Amino acid sequence: MSSTNPSTTPRKSAKFDDYTLSEIRRAAATGLYDIRGAGAKRKVPGLDDLLFLGASMSRYPLEGYREKCGTGVVLGSRFAQKPLELKIPITIAGMSFGSLSGNAKEALGRGATLAGTSTTTGDGGMTPEERGHSQLLVYQYLPSRYGMNPDDLRKADAIEIVVGQGAKPGGGGMLLGQKISPRVAEMRTLPEGIDQRSACRHPDWTGPDDLAIKILELREITDWQKPIYIKVGGARPYYDTALAVKAGADVVVLDGMEGGTAATQEVFIEHVGQPTLACIRPAVDALQELGMHRKVQLILSGGIRNGADVAKALALGADAVSIGTAALVAIGDNDPRWEAEYQALGSTAGAYDDWHEGNDPAGISTQDPERAARLDPVAAGRRLANYLKVMTLEAQTIARACGKSHVHHLEPEDLVALSVESAAMARVPLAGTDWVPGRGDQ
Amino acid sequence: MALFDLQERSLRELNAELHRQAALLQQGADADTEWEVTNPRGSHAVAVGIDGALTVNVRGSVGYYCGGMNQSGQIHVEGSVGPGVGENMMSGSIRVTGDASQYAGATGRGGQLVIEGNASSRCGISIKGIDIVVRGDVGHMSAFMAQSGNLVVLGNAGDALGDSIYEAKLFVRGEVQSLGADCVKKEMREQHLKHLTGLLERAQISDVRAEEFTRYGSARQLYHFDVDHADAY
Repeated sequence: MSSTNPSTTPRKSAKFDDYTLSEIRRAAATGLYDIRGAGAKRKVPGLDDLLFLGASMSRYPLEGYREKCGTGVVLGSRFAQKPLELKIPITIAGMSFGSLSGNAKEALGRGATLAGTSTTTGDGGMTPEERGHSQLLVYQYLPSRYGMNPDDLRKADAIEIVVGQGAKPGGGGMLLGQKISPRVAEMRTLPEGIDQRSACRHPDWTGPDDLAIKILELREITDWQKPIYIKVGGARPYYDTALAVKAGADVVVLDGMEGGTAATQEVFIEHVGQPTLACIRPAVDALQELGMHRKVQLILSGGIRNGADVAKALALGADAVSIGTAALVAIGDNDPRWEAEYQALGSTAGAYDDWHEGNDPAGISTQDPERAARLDPVAAGRRLANYLKVMTLEAQTIARACGKSHVHHLEPEDLVALSVESAAMARVPLAGTDWVPGRGDQ
Repeated sequence: MALFDLQERSLRELNAELHRQAALLQQGADADTEWEVTNPRGSHAVAVGIDGALTVNVRGSVGYYCGGMNQSGQIHVEGSVGPGVGENMMSGSIRVTGDASQYAGATGRGGQLVIEGNASSRCGISIKGIDIVVRGDVGHMSAFMAQSGNLVVLGNAGDALGDSIYEAKLFVRGEVQSLGADCVKKEMREQHLKHLTGLLERAQISDVRAEEFTRYGSARQLYHFDVDHADAY
C-alpha cells in the first residue's frame, strides 16, 4: 500500500495469541509435547466468583476475638480407630520427595506441625525426615508403589489411596532424569538419571469393587487403626464420591483442575479435569444422598489460596481444604528475589513452571544440593505456619461475619455468585436475583 | 502348631492374632510361630501384613491379596489364590500349590513367590526385587514395568511379556506369545545360568535345567524420551 493511504492498527489474534504461537513453534522445533509443573493457568470459573453476604438485619455477626469461632476438624471418624484431629481445616497436599527437595519437604513438615495440621507424602514414598518433622503424616498409596512398604504404612497417621489428581486425572507421575538423583533412584528402585515413566493405574486393582477389597487389605495390614482417604481428580465428582464411599473410604479428597503437579504434559493440565468450583456440589450431593455428609469427610483442593477460598469451600460443604502450590509459594517458590535467575531460565517470577527440569532457583523443586541449600527449612517452616494462620484467621473473620461459631457452620445460603457459570456450579443465586441457573426443576 | 478355623472365627481375629504373635517374636517372648488356617473359603486378605518369621499353612483356596506386604513370613497355600497374592511382599516366602489369579506378586520388593500351577495376566507387574517362579504358564502383560527382581516361568508366557520393563530379569522355558514394548530376548551367559540355577534351587525345583530357559529383559530404548520412539508409548 502507498504511504498516503491509512492502514489499520496491527491486531493480534485472540485465538492465535502470543502463547499459542510460541507453543506451535516450540512443538515444530522439538517434536515433543510441552511438559511443565503447576496447575491450570487459564482463567476458569472459580471461588473468586462467589461472595459472602455477611451480616444484616436478619443475620447478626459474632464478635471478633471475644466470641469463639471454632476451626478444628476430625478426619477419618467413619472406621478408623485413630482419626486425625486437626486444629485447622487446611492440610498440606501430597507432593513427593523427588519432585521437591529434602529441605522443602522438611519446611512443609515443620510449618504444618506448628499450625496443628498434616502433610502428605507423594510419589517417592516416605522419608525419615518427613516422618520426623510432620506431627501428622498422610502416606500416599499410588499406582507406582515407589518405596511402598508395611513399616512406613504402620508409621503413617493416615493412608491416601490416589486414584487421580486434578492436574492430570488419568495420568501417572513423571520425573525426568535430571531429578533422579542417587537417593531418589534408590528410594524408587530405578536406574539413576532415567526418565521415569509412572503407571497411571494401580497394578493390582481396577474398579471400585476391587478397591473395596484393597481397602480391606490395607485396613487388615494396619489393624484398622488408620483412616483411609481416597483422592480423585475433577472428573466425575458425583459418581467418584459415591463410589469412594461405597468402597469404604473414610475421607474423600477431591482435586480440581487448578491443582498443581511437579510435571506433566501442558495439554493434560489445561484440558482435562473440571474446575474445582464445579466439583464441590456434586460431591456433597453424593455424600448427602448416602447420608454420609460430615461422616465421610470431604477435603477439597485445587487452587486454594486464601481464607476466603477456605471459607467458600467449607460453605459449599467441604470439611477441609488442602493446599499444594500455595504452600510452595509461602515457603519461597517463584519469589522475585531470584528474578535474575528466572530470566536466565527464560522465565520470570510468578511464571516459572519448568519444575521438571530441576533448576529451581528457590531450591524447592530441585534435587541439586547447591540450589536446595538456599532454602532454610526452619525459616521456611515458620513462613508456612504464618500463612496457614492468616488463612485460618481470614476464614474465621468471614464465618463470624456470617454469624457462625464454627467454620463448618458456613452454608450455601451465605453465598451469592457474580456470574451465571459460577452461580450454576455453586448452586447459589446470581447476585441481586433469586435465580440459580441450571436447576432443571426451576 | 496353632489352629485357626476361618469358619468359626473372623478374618480380623486371624490377622490380629498373627500380628500379635509376630510382635511377641520380635520382643523375644514366647510366640506361636506355626499356624494352620482351615476353611478359608476364598476369603480375601488372609495372612496380610505379617511382620516376623511365622509359618502359616492355609488349607484351602483364598481370595484377593493373600500374604499382602508379607515380611519374613513363610506362607503355604494348599489351593488356588485370587488376584494380588503376595502383593508388595518384602521378604519371606509364599508357595501356592494351585493356580494364581491376576497380578500375582504385584510390586513385590523381596522374598520368593512360587506358584505351582498357572498364574494369570500381569504376573509380576511392577516388581521391585521379588523372585517369582511359576511352574505353569503366565498370562498377558506379565512383568509389565518390572523394575527389579526375577520372573521365572517354566511354562508359556502370554502377549506383551515385559512391556515397558526396567531392570527385572525374565526367564521363560516355554513359548512367549509376544514381547511387549522395549522387551527383548537376551543372551544367556554363564552368569545368568548360575543365577537362574540358584533361583530354581531356592524354589525347590529340580526337574528342569537353566539351559532350557531363554532370558528376556529391557532393551533400554525407552529410558530417555525420544520423539522417534513415540509409537512405542
